[in-house]
Amino acid sequence: MNAREEILRRVREALGPASGAPTPRDLPLDGPAPAGPQPEAGDLAALFAERAAEHAGGGTTVRHVGADGLGTAVASALWARGVKRIAVPADLPFGWLAELQGVEALADAPRLETDELAETGGAVTGCALAVAETGTVVLDGGRAQGRRALSLVPGYHLCVVHADQIVGTVPEAFGRLGPDRPLTWISGPSSGRGSRVLELLIVEE
Amino acid sequence: MTPFTRPVKFAEAAGEALAGPRRDPRPAAERQRRRAEAVAELPGWEDLRRAGEELKDRALLDLGTLLERLEDAVVRAGGKVHWARDAAEAARVVTRLVQAGGREEVVELASAVTREIGLAGALAAAGITVRGAELSPRERLLSVETVVSGAHFLVAETGTVVALEPEEDGRMCLVLPETLITVAGIEQVVPRLRDLEVLLQLLARSSGERMSPHTAMWAGTTAGDGPREFHLVLLDNGRTAVLKDEVGRAALRCIGCSACLDVCPVYGRVGARPYGDLPGPIGAILTPQLRGIEPAYEASLPFASTLCGACADVCPVRIDIPGVLVHLRAKVVESRRRRPVPTPELALMRAAAWTMSDRRRYERALARLNRWGGLLARGGGVRGLSGLSGLSILSGRWTDARDLPVLPRRTFRDWWRSRR
Repeated sequence: MNAREEILRRVREALGPASGAPTPRDLPLDGPAPAGPQPEAGDLAALFAERAAEHAGGGTTVRHVGADGLGTAVASALWARGVKRIAVPADLPFGWLAELQGVEALADAPRLETDELAETGGAVTGCALAVAETGTVVLDGGRAQGRRALSLVPGYHLCVVHADQIVGTVPEAFGRLGPDRPLTWISGPSSGRGSRVLELLIVEE
Repeated sequence: MTPFTRPVKFAEAAGEALAGPRRDPRPAAERQRRRAEAVAELPGWEDLRRAGEELKDRALLDLGTLLERLEDAVVRAGGKVHWARDAAEAARVVTRLVQAGGREEVVELASAVTREIGLAGALAAAGITVRGAELSPRERLLSVETVVSGAHFLVAETGTVVALEPEEDGRMCLVLPETLITVAGIEQVVPRLRDLEVLLQLLARSSGERMSPHTAMWAGTTAGDGPREFHLVLLDNGRTAVLKDEVGRAALRCIGCSACLDVCPVYGRVGARPYGDLPGPIGAILTPQLRGIEPAYEASLPFASTLCGACADVCPVRIDIPGVLVHLRAKVVESRRRRPVPTPELALMRAAAWTMSDRRRYERALARLNRWGGLLARGGGVRGLSGLSGLSILSGRWTDARDLPVLPRRTFRDWWRSRR
């Protein structure tokens, strides 16, 4: 008997035939979802910003910008850090980088080598959604996010969050996310020696 | 890595720890404070705990089906699934996978499971250089080709593997290599992706965070993103034996938050080492079940507790750790009942049973006990019986810490008879 068959046999033998006692299987499949707070839509961005700023390891810098000020905000964040070259997903909206002067943007198409990524001063991406209650940004490799290495290898990650991408709670986030793409949940900067920096721009319409 | 040399009994190892300097209780107290804050902030925490308990119980009762579904889903997503009956087989599978890729070096993202199977030692023995992610400079991580990791959860419906990494270095190890090999226990599977909403919240808040700093989820391989090859090794190594015990199987609900360690008065004094591979109250109920209670060391673990219940109060999936401890104690006693040489406790209990089963024997014994008790009494109590060599074997440790009240001069039976 191979390992697979033997383990499955052991599992079924261990559980045996139904004992007759009520098992949790008989309980309703979807119990009531734990009641969370239901903040007003306008408060979500404020709550998200507050919680992200409280991340362990020193907190994450959060800035609010209007939709028409995004290009300027991206540029000034990069200038403030003295970043000369950035890596961006190929489908990053053009407007986000419209104000860049003196900063070279490398699109990840064709794919940049890991070394090239490491030599950039940072990456600019969007996100799939954000969770207000936990101050979490979730990336799923979808629009404006690129592959995982892109936002992971450069030492600085500037992430753009649109206010309508912010949900209240973790269960709401799972309600919106699909299983088809790798997910990265970021709830804080690296607390250790990694010294990577995460900065968030919240775009309010 | 030095292998853990197993002492004869927990008490012996604990004795060594107690002889050293007292552990600083402040870090654990600080973690407890942060945990309490994180838990208090979330409305419906108790509901969430019950949901986690129910969800994990249901998953365990359906484990066979879930494992088959998981395998299908991982394969559909481009991964490969391997099965390992025990630690040695798991280490062999990983070694073979590393060698098949022609690699001589791997990075190990240390986890409870990779430690459990002694992976680093097995790989080293096969001539493979093993590096820890935390010890590798960042440049080295960038060019890493093969990584071996653990996981926190597996999702049957989607084949998703969930790994929580405290550091970004860990996340990098899951994304940058050509080949990723993940070793996980079969009990870590849950039915649906949505179940993670319960488990991730429970795990993070129990660790004193709103959400773990970095959580990575992936299924199989993704074209143009991350490892080209993904292998999932599913490990039994005693878990099916735990599953067999209807009371003891609750231990398999554990999601690895470590909250029970910080609140445990025994762990707080003796630290991790006396527990072996899996420290704290959860280790005291899981290790003896995974490895069996025949060896003296494993049999001593269920007794490494005051049964105060603090661990059960904080457990995010409501494992009744004291209940399982008592259950395992009974199993240990039962398993030793038929040994040719009885334990001192058993000999004492048998003598007591013999004495008490006959009225005259019992009354004679009482009268004798009364006389001796009177002689031993000092200052209103009976203490320090350990000085008496005959009794010390049986009761020295017990009486060292406890005073017995002085026996009354007259037995109840005597008094009752005189009244009639």
